[in-house]
Amino acid sequence: MADFQRTQTAGSHVVGRSIIYALLILFALYYLMPLFVMISTSLKTLDDIRAGNLVSLPVEITFDAWAKAWSGACTGVDCDGLKGNFWNSVSFVVPAVLISTLIGALNGYVLTMWRFRGSDLFFTLLLLGCFIPFQVVLLPMAQTLGYIGIANSIAGLIFVHVVYGLAFTTLFFRNFYVAVPDEMIKAARIDGAGFFRIFWRIILPISPPIIVVCIIWQFTQIWNDFLFGVVFSSGQRQPITVALNNLVNTSTGVKEYNVDMAAAVIAALPTLFVYVVAGKYFMRGLTAGSVKG
Amino acid sequence: MNPSLSEAAPNSRPGRGWRDRIETALPRIVLGPTLLCALIFIYGFILWTAWLSFTESRLLPRYEFAGLLQYIALFQNERWWTALTNLGIFGSLFIGVCMVTGLLLAILLDQRIRAEGFLRAIYLYPMALSFIVTGTAWRWILNPGLGLQHLMRQLGFETFTFEWIITPGMSIYAVVLAGAWQSTGFVMALFLAGLRGVDDAIIKAAQVDGAGPVRIYTRIIIPSLRPVFFSSLIILSHIAIKSFDLVMALTGGGPGFSSDMPATFMYTFAFNRNQIGLGAASAMMMLMTVVAVVVPMMYSETRRHRRG
Repeated sequence: MADFQRTQTAGSHVVGRSIIYALLILFALYYLMPLFVMISTSLKTLDDIRAGNLVSLPVEITFDAWAKAWSGACTGVDCDGLKGNFWNSVSFVVPAVLISTLIGALNGYVLTMWRFRGSDLFFTLLLLGCFIPFQVVLLPMAQTLGYIGIANSIAGLIFVHVVYGLAFTTLFFRNFYVAVPDEMIKAARIDGAGFFRIFWRIILPISPPIIVVCIIWQFTQIWNDFLFGVVFSSGQRQPITVALNNLVNTSTGVKEYNVDMAAAVIAALPTLFVYVVAGKYFMRGLTAGSVKG
Repeated sequence: MNPSLSEAAPNSRPGRGWRDRIETALPRIVLGPTLLCALIFIYGFILWTAWLSFTESRLLPRYEFAGLLQYIALFQNERWWTALTNLGIFGSLFIGVCMVTGLLLAILLDQRIRAEGFLRAIYLYPMALSFIVTGTAWRWILNPGLGLQHLMRQLGFETFTFEWIITPGMSIYAVVLAGAWQSTGFVMALFLAGLRGVDDAIIKAAQVDGAGPVRIYTRIIIPSLRPVFFSSLIILSHIAIKSFDLVMALTGGGPGFSSDMPATFMYTFAFNRNQIGLGAASAMMMLMTVVAVVVPMMYSETRRHRRG
């Protein structure tokens, strides 16, 4: 963008650039430090942790802490590690992401191509829903899940995440479809194509970019959720974030920092993986989800 | 256009009455479930919580009206005041640090930097983590026994002390530290997108007029980022008011309840201490805080947009 260099002398230019790069690298080290500390601690033995320090490398690399975090660490009453909770998380995150994305796509389609009287009001109502602190729905939802009979179940978590994810997914698709030219849809309607046929044949084929953004956003949100998990599930059914928090707070015996860190990395791996593979879409989701409407 | 789309011409088809009616009703039918969900699970539940906050509910919900009892109890509760004070401290510092660092990083990155994408990815990756992971990591880093303090003492700073996390009155600053680490990259991304949208022509014109870089930034570029400041402000205050996971993982609200925030207060009283009424009242106060902070900001921004 702004090209200021030409107005400066060569000497001050080099100094200026060096300062900029030095600052950027310092910040980068600062942001990387916790990840480095987590990984290196998770590969150390307890003796190694006590003898070394935060930034020292493992004397010898061992995966014992990882094995224990995965299948032997205590997360409250049980001592069978995070593996059960990991698969719990997978089993409600995947359906919740897919369902909320599909409904969001249909909603966005209606809100842009099939607007009717009141549909804008509906959108505003939904949009305001993005802003409520979820604490304000926790108590009634806990009651309601009990009434329906899906309290403390995977189905209950899917339900909650779909319901409170719809505002965002609808917003994503609506904002994407707003830019689709009306003419395409009008022509199809004149040709007699109906609601679902237009959706299937015209809208879905142009949607992959926003579908990816939406899925990544929802996946990150739901995988990382702690509030719904800790309130609406217990024991064996808890998602991995809740289990991680229990593991770290379980105070029996010696504090095993290496196991804590291995558990934290395990909990972070799926979203980190998505970030590394599809960072571009991740960023798009962040900016699309934030600059609302 | 796909030829199969044109095979059905509706005007020539017999029995189009009910088909047409369904076809016209379809958009409403599709939106119906979401509308119902929003009305029940957002707006209905808010009213439900509001009602609970006016009752004496403790372990089980009760629905006899009891007036402002819970709100009076809430504001007589020392712990609630700690939570509010902490929200004030955390909110202002967290927002301030994120905004300043985020803007600085964005401006630095915007200087035709080699490996910009790589650096950007590094600043932004904490956003992919759960606050629980962030909290766990920082809890270890800030651990006085073997963490940063230990490191500095090993490096020869024998008297170096860094015990925020176990010091009442300081633990909330530890939450700021970890929270800002997680969210700064996000603000940086927003500002960077904003900087890329600034009109080059204006900057060229200012340069021709002899304005230096500092002047161009403070007088032209930063003021033109006003919408980005607003959206960051809205998002960050929203994160601050809802802060729950990070506190739970980093300090658990402790030592004692010195780093409690409204969200952890609500959780503790509603779900651990069987004080449903009090929990509901604190949740309503959180909602009102969000409304008081976010709605005016959004309103003023949309009005600016409408006026052009």
